This record gives sequence, C-alpha cells and structure tokens, in this order.
Amino acid sequence: MTPDNRQIVFDNVSKFYGEVLGVNKVSFALERGITSLVGPNGSGKTTLMNLLTGLIRPSQGAIYVFGLTPRQPVEFFRQVGYCTQFDSFPPGTNGYDFIYWPLRLHGFGDEQAAKLTNEALERAGMAQVARRKVAGYSKGMRQRIRLAQAIAHHPSVLILDEPLNGLDPMARAESIALFEALAKQGMHVIISSHILEEVDRISDRVVLMSSGYVVAEGKIREVRKEVREHPMQILVRCSNAAKLASAAFELDHVVEAKILADGQSVLVRTRDAEQFSLLLNKIVSSGLVEVDAVAPADDDVNSIYQYLIGSDGGPI
Amino acid sequence: MSTQNALAGAQKWANEQPWRLYASQVVVLVRTEVRRNLFSKRRIWIYLLAFVPAIILLIANLFGNAETGAIQLEGHTEAFAGIVFQLYFVRLGIFFACMGIFTWLFRGEMVQKTLHYQFLSPVRREVLVVGKFLAGAVTSIALFEVAVTTSFYLTYSSFGSIGRTYVFNGPGLGQLGAYLLVTLLACLGYGAVFLALSLLFKNPIVPGVMLWGWEAISPIFPSWAQKLSVTFYLKHLCPVAMPVDGPMAIFTVVAEPVAPFLAIGGLLCLTVAVLVLSCFLIHRLEITYTVD
Repeated sequence: MTPDNRQIVFDNVSKFYGEVLGVNKVSFALERGITSLVGPNGSGKTTLMNLLTGLIRPSQGAIYVFGLTPRQPVEFFRQVGYCTQFDSFPPGTNGYDFIYWPLRLHGFGDEQAAKLTNEALERAGMAQVARRKVAGYSKGMRQRIRLAQAIAHHPSVLILDEPLNGLDPMARAESIALFEALAKQGMHVIISSHILEEVDRISDRVVLMSSGYVVAEGKIREVRKEVREHPMQILVRCSNAAKLASAAFELDHVVEAKILADGQSVLVRTRDAEQFSLLLNKIVSSGLVEVDAVAPADDDVNSIYQYLIGSDGGPI
Repeated sequence: MSTQNALAGAQKWANEQPWRLYASQVVVLVRTEVRRNLFSKRRIWIYLLAFVPAIILLIANLFGNAETGAIQLEGHTEAFAGIVFQLYFVRLGIFFACMGIFTWLFRGEMVQKTLHYQFLSPVRREVLVVGKFLAGAVTSIALFEVAVTTSFYLTYSSFGSIGRTYVFNGPGLGQLGAYLLVTLLACLGYGAVFLALSLLFKNPIVPGVMLWGWEAISPIFPSWAQKLSVTFYLKHLCPVAMPVDGPMAIFTVVAEPVAPFLAIGGLLCLTVAVLVLSCFLIHRLEITYTVD
C-alpha cells in the first residue's frame, strides 16, 4: 500500500509486546469523515491509535498520515491531535496552561497561543473553569480539557480514544455534535468507543477489531452486506402484514418473515435485500398492500459487532 | 489576525526557520520544567540537601565561639575544601540532587503518566532532551551555586575582619569562583549521566548508586579509567589542594595532573557525548505506562 497524501494509511502493521500480540498485519486506508474503531477490551484499538501517533513503534509495517510519519514530529503533529485515554495531567497545571503551553511549542506567539487557547476552551465548554487546577476537575471536565488540547491547534486529523467516557448525557451530546461539526469541516476524526449506539449515529465508516486483528472495515452498510452468514433484517410497516409475509415466503432468499405484535409490521430476514426490494416495489405497484415504511433493522454497528465479534467479545 | 492566518504564519515561520523554532521550543520547555522543578513540594528534599552545610555552619556560627586566628582560618579553609565542598557537595549533595532532578525529567513523567503529552507535541525528541537537560541544569546550578556561596560566606563570616581580608584581599574570591565553576560542571556532568541512565533503565536508582560507588573508588584505578568519572575532572579544578596524609587524605586523588582547560574541556566533552547518547535512547522510548 503506497502512502497517499490525503489518506491515513496502515500498511501491514504489526505490534508485538514481547510475545504478546498487540495488533497483527493491519492494512487499510482512511478517508475524511468519522471513522470508529470498535472492538472489545484488548482488541487492539488503543494500540492502533498509539501506533498511529508514534507513542509506540510498529514491530513491522509502516503508518502514514498524509504521507508523514511521527518521525517528522514538527510537521506530523501540526496535522494530528490525539486525545488519549490516559487520565493524568502534569501536576499543578490549570486548564488554561494545559492548552496554552503546548501551543507555544507549535511556535505560536503569546497572543496567538492565548487566542487559540480561549477558542479551544470555548469549543469544549471549559472556558468558565479554565483557571482552576485540573486536579479539581470532575472526570467529564478532565475528558473535555484533553479534547480542548487536542483540537486547539486546528489539526486535520483528530484521534479520540474513548472520548465519551465519563461524560454526562448533555456533555456527551455536545461532544458528538462537536465531532460531527469537525468532520463536516473536512477533518479526519477517528474514534474508539464502547458506546455503539452513539458511534453508529455519527460514523461514516467503521473498523471492527478483535484480538489484534481487523475483522472488517469500511462503510457500515458495505460491511453489513459482507456479513453473508447472517441474513439481513428488514422491517416493513404496511397495511396488510399477513399478505406481505406470505408473498415474502415465496421467495427463496427469504429465510423468515415474522409478523410483529402490532399486526402491521413484518420483520423479514433475507439473504438478498435487493431482490426483496424488487418484490416490495411489485407489491406496492400492484396495490395489494400499502407500505408505510421500510427500514433495515440490523445494518448498524451494534448488529455488525454482534455478528462478527459476538457478545462475549471473542471472534466467531 | 484570523485563526487561519495565525496557523499559516506559524507554519511558515517553522518551515523557514526550523532552528529558531527549536530554540523557542527549548525556551518553552525550560520555563515549564524549571517551574515544575523549583516550585514543587516534592522538591523540598533537594533544597534541604543543598542547604544542609549552610544550616550547620549557621548554627555553629550562632552558638560556637567566634574564630579569630589565622591558623584556625587555614584549618577552616581546608575543612571547607575537603569536608564541605569535596565530600559533601561534590560527592553527596550535588550527586544525589542531580540524581533526583535529572532522572525525574523523563522517568518521573513516565511514573506520573504525562510523558505522552511531550511526545504528542510538535517537538523533535532531540530538542526535548536538550530542553529538559537545560531545565535540570538551570535548576541544579541555581540551587547549588547559591548553597555553595552561602556556605562559603558562613565559613569566613565568623572570622570578622581576618575573614573579610582573606576573601576580598586574599585568595578567597578566586577560590569561591573555582568552587562555583566546579559546582556548575558537576551539575552538567552528573546531570547528563543521570538523564541517560533514566532513559536506559526503568529504575535508575540502582545504577545511580553504582555510579556513586564508581565515583568513590575510581581513584584506585588506572588513569584511563579515572577519566570515565566526573570527579576526576572536578578534583583538578578544586582551588585548595588537600594534604596527602592525615584525615583529609581520603579526599585526595593520586593521578596524573590535568591542566584546567583539559579538565573543563574533558568534562564538557563527556557531557555532550552522554547527551548525544540520550538523543539516541529517546527514540527507542515508547509510551507503555502499564508495564512501567
């Protein structure tokens, strides 16, 4: 895989801690937008993020961010901001200094660094408490001040390791809105999270990891299509559920058509969603059944996670 | 100036003048580290280590008999050179303070799990080594220059006019200058070695104590081996020669004499060589707090 100046590229990357596997033979390229790293504890998500930012070195392979590596720190970290999971801070620091001094290391003068610090504090909702010692912050505030530091220098790539941990629902919603806004501005946002519902809502693509291996990666719908051993579930709300269910049963690729308790919805499990869509079109145009809504029931991150990794976190 | 302009300006400046960027980064690192080193409650023991002789001398001056004679002054000069300076400051105070200050620069950040902030900043790791080393040097030199000067003043203040004459019209000021030079070089030499040890070992205390043993016994080794110790160079710069017999003999190195410029040059070369080694070592360092 050759480095592309617009992409984040993992090229056959492996990391071993002695004899313990961190990640093995990881190769993929990430485009702009929000990418979620999903996997159980110990699957290698943090290892992948630490490799990407040079906190650890790969045992094999190479990683490029826009053609740069962490061995060129001045150029590299101008492009990259990393909000780690480490909940530790320099002793005695306050929120303002925690952001201001790293900006000075970027080469910003006092006035520019102060301006960028205040801007980052505002965006993370920490302006009111910026002069307080970080040691007195709640877990959610510590999470947000780290986020503020990671975005303060306007990076093109933002890496967030479990950024929603410790946040109350309000702060969580604000953080998600911020991630979406940053992605809309053209930023690469890479998030690892256990909160699959929220990841699902905001992610453009997903990287599923298990035991150090990338199990699947790509846009969520595409990944779902690749999971052929689990028929796709489609929920159809219509005027005559029984008629639709019997019509669906006549198709070979439909393995189940279940009428739900409300009597107006059918949950269809099919191995060929496109063929089922054609059937629906035919039924609607013939006027036999009126269809109110059609929605895929399991092309979300949670379902893909369950199918590919399993609830116990082990690979299938 | 808009944010985008500020970002572009900083980027352009850094690209066009990387050495000025490195210099400004070193200044920022020194400022933040010195503040952390000098004004931390955890550092009180280093202040104590530096000012123990001054405290003892102050108590002796307050409660002891005032010294008046020239013979006693000569004895005090030898005692200051041998016990206070060579034994206490060089072999104990500066050594262990540098161990505390310089090993903490990186290893302390590993313990506190904050080193990743430095590694995620746009700073070359060599610049990080230089910045942290200079911060440690500024801290230790400032502390021990003041401590040595205070101890020197207290040694001669009890002699009244004889003491003032010795210091201002005799060899006193020259000796103080030499002590301050040796203090500075000791901080640089020990500092560089401890910085490298902290990058080589997860627990630099054990090799630090071994180094202390080496510094103590190196005089019995051949001349070439002695040159690998910091005290070898410092001894030759001390202004007061110790008698080769009597109790002060234990502080005497029997080695071929070295010209001051060679001693200073040798120690600075040793410091630079160890710092270069540290620059190589820092590239191997990974953030794996769980195993540290």
